[in-house]
Amino acid sequence: MNRLLAAGQGLVDWVDARFPLVSTWKYHLSEYYAPKNFNFWYYFGSLAMIVLVLQIVTGIFLTMNYKPDAAYAFGSVEYIMRDVAGGWFIRYAHSTGASMFFVVVYLHMMRALLYGSYRKPRELLWILGCLIYLVLMAEAFFGYLLPWGQMSYWGAQVIVNLFSSVPLIGPDLAVWIRGDYLVSDATLNRFFALHVIALPLVLVGLVFLHLVALHEVGSNNPDGIDIKKNKDPVTGHPVDGIPFFPYYVVKDLIGIVVFFMVFAAILFFGPEMGGYFLEYNNFLPADPLQTPAHIAPVWYFTPFYAMLRAVPAMFGSQFPGVAVMGAAVLILFALPWLDRSPVRSIRYKGPIFKWALGIFVVSFLILGYLGVATTDVWGKMPAFLPIIGGVEVATIVSRVLTLAYFGFFLLMPWYSAIDKCKPEPERVTA
Amino acid sequence: MMKAFQSLGALRALASLLAALCFASTAIAAGGSDVPLSKAPVNLRDAVSLQRGAHLFVNYCMGCHSANYMRYNRLTEIGLTEEQIREYLLLSGDKVGSTMSIAMRPADAKEWMGKAPPDLTVIARSKRPDYLYTLLRSYYVDESRALGWNNLAYPNIGMPHPLWQLQGQPVLKVEERESHGHTVQVRSIAPDLPGVLSAAEYDRAVADLVNFLTYMGEPWRLHSVRIGIIVMFFLAIMLLLVYLLKLEFWRDVH
Repeated sequence: MNRLLAAGQGLVDWVDARFPLVSTWKYHLSEYYAPKNFNFWYYFGSLAMIVLVLQIVTGIFLTMNYKPDAAYAFGSVEYIMRDVAGGWFIRYAHSTGASMFFVVVYLHMMRALLYGSYRKPRELLWILGCLIYLVLMAEAFFGYLLPWGQMSYWGAQVIVNLFSSVPLIGPDLAVWIRGDYLVSDATLNRFFALHVIALPLVLVGLVFLHLVALHEVGSNNPDGIDIKKNKDPVTGHPVDGIPFFPYYVVKDLIGIVVFFMVFAAILFFGPEMGGYFLEYNNFLPADPLQTPAHIAPVWYFTPFYAMLRAVPAMFGSQFPGVAVMGAAVLILFALPWLDRSPVRSIRYKGPIFKWALGIFVVSFLILGYLGVATTDVWGKMPAFLPIIGGVEVATIVSRVLTLAYFGFFLLMPWYSAIDKCKPEPERVTA
Repeated sequence: MMKAFQSLGALRALASLLAALCFASTAIAAGGSDVPLSKAPVNLRDAVSLQRGAHLFVNYCMGCHSANYMRYNRLTEIGLTEEQIREYLLLSGDKVGSTMSIAMRPADAKEWMGKAPPDLTVIARSKRPDYLYTLLRSYYVDESRALGWNNLAYPNIGMPHPLWQLQGQPVLKVEERESHGHTVQVRSIAPDLPGVLSAAEYDRAVADLVNFLTYMGEPWRLHSVRIGIIVMFFLAIMLLLVYLLKLEFWRDVH
């Protein structure tokens, strides 16, 4: 036994003389001190990594049997589901993983909003996270075309057409993206290339940088206070910090198992999630000659889709809606410089921020619902009302909520500065 | 080629051709209806129902519709032997491992009927079982239509009643009713010329067919729920273990 241990140590020493093995392990795991007061919201970072790995692994196996060809794509997915051993499991893991990726990422971002994790010195960490979100949306969009169902096809058609509304270069830009005058085999091939190679590479790279930035500045915590200010004079480690390995590794295992239980329940008992994860109309093969009556994107895009529809066309152009939709995502990047509150965490922020965040979250959720529904879902405004009489209720509501969404960000420099905050504690609380 | 011609599938395709020539380009489907859907009594554990449904599907649907992603020998899952599949279901000289394809080519079908009848492998996934169950019980005789058939759930449907020999020839019944001071028309189906089956037997047959279509859309459903329960059980034990592990490791964190 002792000789075995000695041999193991010898191997580590051999590697360590040629590669920073032990120091990397220490820096990122066994001596990375994380605040000891992480709560529920702190599971979603590690879960996002787990889903990323899951998507890459299931994606590799899907690629072995998928055919990126307009004539065969739909059939090859059914072939995977039926004739490939375990194929239905791999495909459903990938389709469930796509939606669960967004669930996890949205909760991860919510955590940052709650506890001010975007504030100095974590601005770059936040920006890298926003880039990950942006690339993830592109990745999901390109991937959604691949099953080549009706919703794949017409969803792609709608989104690519958004680019044609860009002034001057729009139509040429849309043709350049599609590689054709309509979504076709050429589009499928390039979307496949982007989905399986280009964007996953970018995504993995950004996740790596996100972690490097995180471990440089250290994790925030539910109290939003800096644990590095209070170090043990003997060891030099933060008194409110505990090493990520083993403490948070074993704690995150609980989150991972619970997450897998939710994941497995969806995968095995209802992978369509009532048509939200897999749309029913996407089991009809793509038909360029038959536009579906109702084209809805998958749930994770619907808040932005609702904003797009809410903005009226101006000067005969849909571009304002497209610009608003783009701005809704891009405004996230500015968040670190919009928040002027003296404290980070919602625990010590004043009532104005709590209300603002509450309205923002509710607006986002209702916009998400309206993006799935048809615009006439709530009927029309009474005819006797001036200006808005006869306009669909859902459209008016979407407009108000879009303003609320942007108001949360654009008014933040003002309301976060005047809010009555509570004093932060010296040490983290339980 | 000769072999294919000898097969019943090709004969059925020829019959379809003749029929199609009489009413070319009228089969374009129109859609949309507000008829409330009846709940389809789907039960994937009822193997006998699935077998009857498979038999109906092969005999009444596969004249025009394929199920290109489904293999005949997969039906051993619902309790049929390969001999039974060969004897009762394989009509077109296919091998038992073949997909449930038909001889009529989509391009020809489009020329003959205006629109190729869709593949039905995953039709229960896109249209949902309740809709299919309602559709097949909503046909009525309508002389104004080219094929003499119309449908309450799918007005001006292109497809004539595929099961009329079984159901007979129902007619449309329009009743006028008072509702909140207005007269509203209530449209329903009433039996007229009887078919081979009684009304209850016909509903059972449609239920079997829809049950089979539902099964065919997701055949792995027969096992996936059972596997899922085992996985959940395994994960529950894992959860207990990792929870105890966490408690143990965190004992010194205060």
